[in-house]
Amino acid sequence: MTSPSDSASSPAREADAPDTLGGGPRRRRVHGGGALRGRRGGVPLPLLLPALIGLVLLVLPLVALLIRAPWRSMPDLLTSPEVWQALRLSLVCATAATAVSLVVGVPLAWLLARVDFPGRGLVRALVTLPLVLPPVVGGVALLMALGRNGVVGQWLDDWFGITLPFTTAGVVLAEAFVAMPFLVISVEGTLRAADPRYEEAAATLGASRFTAFRRVTLPLIAPGVAAGAVLAWARALGEFGATITFAGNFPGRTQTMPLAVYLALQNDPEAAIALSLVLLAVSIAVLAGLRDRWMTAS
Amino acid sequence: MTRSVRRSRRTRRSTRALRAAGAGAAALLVLSACGSSDSGSSAQSGPAGAGELSGEVIVFAAASLKESFTTLGERFEKEHPGTKVTFSFGGSDALAAGITGGAPADVFASASPRTMAVVTEAGDASGTPQTFVRNQLEIATLPGNPDGISSLEDLTDPGLKVVLCDEAVPCGAAAKKALDASELKLTPVSYEEDVKSALNKVVLKEADAAVVYRTDVKAAGEKVEGVEFPESADAINDYPITLLKESKNSGTAKAFIALVRSAEGQKVLTEAGFLKP
Repeated sequence: MTSPSDSASSPAREADAPDTLGGGPRRRRVHGGGALRGRRGGVPLPLLLPALIGLVLLVLPLVALLIRAPWRSMPDLLTSPEVWQALRLSLVCATAATAVSLVVGVPLAWLLARVDFPGRGLVRALVTLPLVLPPVVGGVALLMALGRNGVVGQWLDDWFGITLPFTTAGVVLAEAFVAMPFLVISVEGTLRAADPRYEEAAATLGASRFTAFRRVTLPLIAPGVAAGAVLAWARALGEFGATITFAGNFPGRTQTMPLAVYLALQNDPEAAIALSLVLLAVSIAVLAGLRDRWMTAS
Repeated sequence: MTRSVRRSRRTRRSTRALRAAGAGAAALLVLSACGSSDSGSSAQSGPAGAGELSGEVIVFAAASLKESFTTLGERFEKEHPGTKVTFSFGGSDALAAGITGGAPADVFASASPRTMAVVTEAGDASGTPQTFVRNQLEIATLPGNPDGISSLEDLTDPGLKVVLCDEAVPCGAAAKKALDASELKLTPVSYEEDVKSALNKVVLKEADAAVVYRTDVKAAGEKVEGVEFPESADAINDYPITLLKESKNSGTAKAFIALVRSAEGQKVLTEAGFLKP
């Protein structure tokens, strides 16, 4: 997508700088080989061809979406109250799911990274599972656990009169279930990379473990947390399978954008394309925002 | 050094060739994706002689036809060794959208004339669609009907969790018709994407009732209880079936449609709860 940046080669150049010992300047002069010149001469055909096919495979569908977009009727399609309702619900639910993930996910990531307890590997695997689980399976599992007739759900219903399926809370729960692993894995990786000596230093200065986490660790890993949160938010925004299975489809209450796209495709393909473009635009914005995050995080 | 210069020239020369090759490869990829649906059968679109039927027939059918069509498909394969009937069941609208989008299918059986019209208007049907059965709505309640539901009006009780099909799918359109005819306001907890998922919300006891087809109540057996309601007569669905223009195996596909419309096929369908056309 982007042009090859020079920033990648700058560390190498710095390493080359004290080059007065060896045989002169080691950097070869590049003869204008065009964009196809790598660091070691031309790009071999057996690599370039599959690479181009892969690129076409990924980019073509999105380009097709733009080509087939009903640009003329877009304003009408996108200003309909149903679309706004679905978009608003999507944004609210994805944000709420991200908030839930942050509140419980960051401590969970800290536990996995900083506390050595028996069965830690198993816990990490279980936390990662929803990441690879088909979302529909997640939805069925949520129904079995928290449905009105579910393992835990029936007690919620009996004691508190709370039923989660078919409610906005159900949507948030389904999205958090699918999106939280992204955040946990991302934050845990950042924590592992962060130097624990800062926390130790804080401890020797009399800070409690929680204070050290709050005042030292959290600011240290903030970029990683932000990147994880954006990833989780994007994943929650696109959630379809678990939502429709666990929370059903009711406009304004549980009908998020992906559900609206799916049902619009059956009645009004043009509306579906318009809705898809909105989600595509949001995704691109997320990606653009995330790129800077990655840069600062790494 | 000189070698690298030579190589760079070669690279430049091959860039243009590469572009062409890349475009060619992409085209190939698309083509092979289109062609891969061939099941390797020697597709004969010759006359439908009983002895020479072979190959695969792909049938796109409404979710409510699942049980009866599966039975008929097995019979067809038994009667004509060497044939294979592959089904794709789903919401009629999604199937119609798939067919107009170029999904490979030989036969389309939908749960409403409206969804069939989507396919005929796009010019994807071969010949005129024929109505082969009709279906009536029924209320599915929890086993034993604990809420004492006896009419469509009972469903408007705000204490009940009711699921309907989305209006995009035939069962939802029919339910809306019945509700409008009786001037009832019903707010469900969910508009499900097809009739089977509406039924399953009751099977899983997550909803108290669903407005589905008689055939679905029958197929669910003991797991739900059916309640008939008079307004359903105002919204009886015709089920049309047609051969598709893109069929690669039209002889065998025609034979399957003939079985569906034969006395034997009709018997299977009425046993499942469908009405005769």
